[in-house]
Amino acid sequence: MSSATLMFGTLVVALLVTMMLTLGRALAGPTLFDRLLAVNSFGTKTVLLIAAAGFLAGRPEFLDIALVYALINFLGTIAVLKYFELPDAGSSTYREDDY
Amino acid sequence: MSDFLLGLVSWPLAGLGCLFVVSGALGLVRMPDLYTRLHAASVTDTGGTLLIAAALLLHAIFTFADPMAAIKLVLIAGFTLFTAPTASHALAKTAMLVGQVPLDADGKPLLDSPEAASRLARSREPVEHGSVGGEEGS
Repeated sequence: MSSATLMFGTLVVALLVTMMLTLGRALAGPTLFDRLLAVNSFGTKTVLLIAAAGFLAGRPEFLDIALVYALINFLGTIAVLKYFELPDAGSSTYREDDY
Repeated sequence: MSDFLLGLVSWPLAGLGCLFVVSGALGLVRMPDLYTRLHAASVTDTGGTLLIAAALLLHAIFTFADPMAAIKLVLIAGFTLFTAPTASHALAKTAMLVGQVPLDADGKPLLDSPEAASRLARSREPVEHGSVGGEEGS
C-alpha cells in the first residue's frame, strides 16, 4: 500500500468518525438550531468525504459532486434559517423593515 | 517532486486536518449550549476543510497530475472559506432573534429573557462591554 493510499484511507476513516459524532448531535440536539448546526457541519464533512473517497478510488472526477454538494449545503442552511427568521416572508402583511 | 517529499508535506497537513475535524465534532457533542457548540464547530470546520483540501491538492498536482482536479479543490476550499463563516453568523443571529439566551461559565443565563436576546439581535448598536442584559430592558 502506497503512502498516498494510506493517507486517503486515514482521511476517510477520520471523516466517518466525525460524521457519526455530528449525527449524534443532530439526533440529540435539544433545539432546532443545534440540529441545523450539526446538519450544516455534517454537509461540510460530506464534501470532504466525497473528495477523499474519490482520491482513494483514484478518480478525482468525484470532485464535481463535492463542489455541487458544497453549494447545496450552504443554500439549504441559509434557506431554513431565513424561514425561521422571517416566518411570514411573502405574506400580504410582511414588512421588509420588521427586523 | 519525489514521493518522499510529497508525503513529508501532505501527511502533516492531512493529520492536522483530521485533528481539527475530529476535535470540532467532539466539541459539537460535549459543549454545554448552542453558542459554545457553534464556536467549536464553525472554527474547526473552516480550518479542517482548508488543511484537508491543501493535502488533497498536493496529490492532485503531483500524484494524479490532474489540473482540473486542482482547480476544483481550490474552488471548494475558497467557497468553504466564504460560506462556513456566513452560515455560522446567520445561525447565531437567527438563534438570538428567536430568543435563544446564551449561558455564562456557570450555566446561568446571560440575559434576562428571550425577549432581551431578540432585542439585542435586532438592535444595530454595538454592545458595550458589561452592558449585556440591558439595564433599560430589565
